[in-house]
Amino acid sequence: MEIAKLEFLHGTLDILILKALVWGPLHGYAITGFIRRQSDDTLLVEEGTLYPALWRLESKGLLDGHWGLSENKRKAKFYRLTTEGRRHLRQEVKKWEAYSAAVAKVLTAARLPDPEEAR
Amino acid sequence: MTMPFWRRYARFFGPNTTADITEELEFHLDAKTDDLIRQGWAPEAARQEAERKFGDRRAVQRIGERIGQKVERRRRRSDYLIDALQDVRYTFRTLSRDPSFASISLLILALAIGANIAVFSVVNTILLRALPFPHSNELVWIAPPPSECGWSCATYSADAYEEFRSESRVYQDVTGYEAFTTPENFRLTGRGEPVPATGMEVIGNFFQVLGVEPAIGRLFTLEESRSGAVVPNSTAQPFALLANAYWRRQFHSDPTIVGRAIELNGAPVTVVGVLPQSFDYGAVFSPGAKADLFVPVSLDKERMWGNIVTLVGRLKPGVTEAQALDDANRVAPDIYFNVKYPESRGRYKGNLVPIPLKDYVTGKLRRSLIALWFAVGTILLIAGVNLSNLLLARAAARAKEFAVRGALGAGRGRIVRQLLMESFVLSGAGALLGLGLAVVVIRWLAHQGSLALPLLSSLRIDNQALAWTLLVTVLTATVFGLLPGLRIARGNLQEVLKDSGAGAGLGRKHERIRAALVVSEIALACVLLVSAGLLLRSFSKVLEVDLGFQPDHAWSINVEYDDSAPSQEASVLKRSVAFQQIVARVGAIPGVQAVGISDYLPLGPNRSWDTPVPKGRLFAPGELPEPLVYVITPGFIRAMGMRLQGRDFTWSDGPKSERVIIINSSMARRFWPGEDPIGKILMRGDEQDHVVGVVDDVHEESVETSVGAQVYYPSTQQGPSRAQLVVRSNLSPELLAPNVLRGLRELNPNQSAAEFRPIRTIVDHAVSPRRFFMLLVTAFAGLGLLLATLGIYGVISYTVTRQTPEIGVRMALGATGGRVQRQVLANTLRLTATGIALGSVIAIAVARAIASLLFATSPWDLPSYLGMATALLLVALASGYVPARRASSINPMDALRSN
Repeated sequence: MEIAKLEFLHGTLDILILKALVWGPLHGYAITGFIRRQSDDTLLVEEGTLYPALWRLESKGLLDGHWGLSENKRKAKFYRLTTEGRRHLRQEVKKWEAYSAAVAKVLTAARLPDPEEAR
Repeated sequence: MTMPFWRRYARFFGPNTTADITEELEFHLDAKTDDLIRQGWAPEAARQEAERKFGDRRAVQRIGERIGQKVERRRRRSDYLIDALQDVRYTFRTLSRDPSFASISLLILALAIGANIAVFSVVNTILLRALPFPHSNELVWIAPPPSECGWSCATYSADAYEEFRSESRVYQDVTGYEAFTTPENFRLTGRGEPVPATGMEVIGNFFQVLGVEPAIGRLFTLEESRSGAVVPNSTAQPFALLANAYWRRQFHSDPTIVGRAIELNGAPVTVVGVLPQSFDYGAVFSPGAKADLFVPVSLDKERMWGNIVTLVGRLKPGVTEAQALDDANRVAPDIYFNVKYPESRGRYKGNLVPIPLKDYVTGKLRRSLIALWFAVGTILLIAGVNLSNLLLARAAARAKEFAVRGALGAGRGRIVRQLLMESFVLSGAGALLGLGLAVVVIRWLAHQGSLALPLLSSLRIDNQALAWTLLVTVLTATVFGLLPGLRIARGNLQEVLKDSGAGAGLGRKHERIRAALVVSEIALACVLLVSAGLLLRSFSKVLEVDLGFQPDHAWSINVEYDDSAPSQEASVLKRSVAFQQIVARVGAIPGVQAVGISDYLPLGPNRSWDTPVPKGRLFAPGELPEPLVYVITPGFIRAMGMRLQGRDFTWSDGPKSERVIIINSSMARRFWPGEDPIGKILMRGDEQDHVVGVVDDVHEESVETSVGAQVYYPSTQQGPSRAQLVVRSNLSPELLAPNVLRGLRELNPNQSAAEFRPIRTIVDHAVSPRRFFMLLVTAFAGLGLLLATLGIYGVISYTVTRQTPEIGVRMALGATGGRVQRQVLANTLRLTATGIALGSVIAIAVARAIASLLFATSPWDLPSYLGMATALLLVALASGYVPARRASSINPMDALRSN
């Protein structure tokens, strides 16, 4: 899949991360897994971008990091959405939906609009 | 105390960011490897694949560390802020729990800091700030060394001015003004009732040299002060520049006045411009006086009048004071008093000394102001020590609290910071209050027009004053807040916790420090009290000075008259008649005891003529003084309350009769030592003047300096330059003034409504700078005394509280209340005596330093020292009495039980 190699559109990864945490705390590796599975293996998040993104979100206070035990009883850093993070996600999702709808509408155009309608 | 949210996680994403990141990434790789193994990879290969997929681990690690550091920094900042905020909250809480402590400290600091701001503003305005002219450091005042013959010896003739200006090489330009201009020398006419106006006669280039630009219109040209017709009764050309305030007041800021003519003394005068608001002539050249307008002096008219102009020069850039003096000394021998008289060449030798204009304006005040600055600094020191003392007292009372907080983990630094914070909060609030006080004081001072201090009108709180406030506040808060803080932090906390009393060991140690603080407070107050005492004594000595006249129950008013006549003789006759009518008319008002006219009054401007020589004797040139000259009518001496031996002038001492004069006793002693001067003859050229009377010396120049020679001529024989009517009466001025003015208007309808001025104001004005400084220093001394009282009270009261159990035991063992009381008082006196002893030593040093500010008072003046000691002891006793009372009424049973 060539798409996976594409750079994430600016800010998109942030929303995906936040979304991944909606159901509860996850560690970094689980987040990549979630995104991969949810996108049917289309979106592969590289480690080199994931962790800096996580830390950035944490430093902005959108995420809380804390240490816990993983499924196989190993010490792992879990991330949790903060209230602020939840609010941010809601906003960004709304923005993204509006944006993608608009893009889709343009891309699915069937004919040239009438000239007098053009502004 | 709520814990900040991130504290809970501090140890996870905390100081050891690097390890955390390594661990987190390591977990990721492990998890990935596990997954791969589960998919069927060999363990070795799986690990390699996981690492390959991950890419550059170090780069990610570095990014993580950077973010970690950023977070760390931000946290430390907010950590500090939150602690500080907590301290502030805590401070406010503890302060509000102890409102009397808070308000007393606040009041003390507000007074001390306010006084400091106000005095700094005065010092800054008068001493530190440059004069309000561009490149004002180039401006010099050119005058001879001080002498006894007043203004006439401090000025130069028109010829001398012109020659000095053209011969000197170090000046960009030289200018000057007519030094003998008196208040209300003009009448603004043609606009209803004539209004008096004060017009300064300046040389045409005056404003150009000072660098003053007109607000509207133009300045004078040098030609305008050369020739042409003059305004009647003046030596001014018919052009005028209006002072900004006068223009606004008298002409309602009408800009169209420029270019039009106004009427001065009944003659048209063209207004060429209006001066800017920033130019205040009186503030610089004549403190406490005002100038309404400026007119170009006619140098040609003045040429025959002798010394009339003062000189102000603007040096070329880079010329030093010494170079200017060298140049003046080079030029002086060639300068004529009057070019028509060759023998007058070189008369100004050694008499042309340029000094910086700033020194001329403010030099005399330098010492007073610096002394004032020190006084107010001492006040701040006392207030600071007091603050320290109060903080320490509170800290001691809170020793247990601090100990508990220490035991619970509050660092010592935190406790010091807490105390420092209290000190900062108090000082800050004190500074704000003080600033408010200072603004009020400064605004009031700036409007004290009658105070003879230069530049006062430009007094304001500027950025420099604000910076000074900040500096003073921060310094006070730091120094005096740190002291108790360090003291507490060094104390042994365990000891306090173990001890059941109010911290006996620590308490005693505190007491020693507090005693030392109080002693230093008393010592500082001592210095202030002695200084104030000396200045007070000087001031009372100044008031006791025999002025030679009686300033009370006498008033003066500027009288206008017309003595224009074709010939000199006719003029004298016309004037004599007019004066005689005025004196008779005003003298006839019921309740008026004496009336007379003089052209100059004491303690104001003055002038001299010639050097009369006793008949039949020879003197070397320069040996005899040049006496000050007054042209007076009969009755003036009595109206002024001067003491006369011999006879007064009479109206029959006319131009045809024998020439008569009255001299002062200084002159009599100098000219005819040990002889009766009455009947002696003074020669002025060929003219013989017969001495008919001797008056006691009148202080002409200033109240404080010694008196030189003075000569009084009758207005019936000599020409006065103007007429100041002096009326002596016990009537109130409200009754008297309208009557006098009505009388004058009956004789001369043109008489303007001139000011009816008590002679007392002349004296008040002359002593106003001394009164100003004396009052301020006395106020500071009072404040110092108050602060010392508070200090003594605080420390004694605290001691009594601490010793309550001990006193209880003693009283249980049979000590009487009286005995306990005596002991507390003795304790108080010991502290005070130590302070006084220490303070006296410093005070003697300070008194010697301010000796030049004293008048007829020795720096060793015993009454001042005794007064100080008495005041301090009394105040100490009073402030020790309350705690002593409390100690003596301790109930032994209660005291013992409470322990």
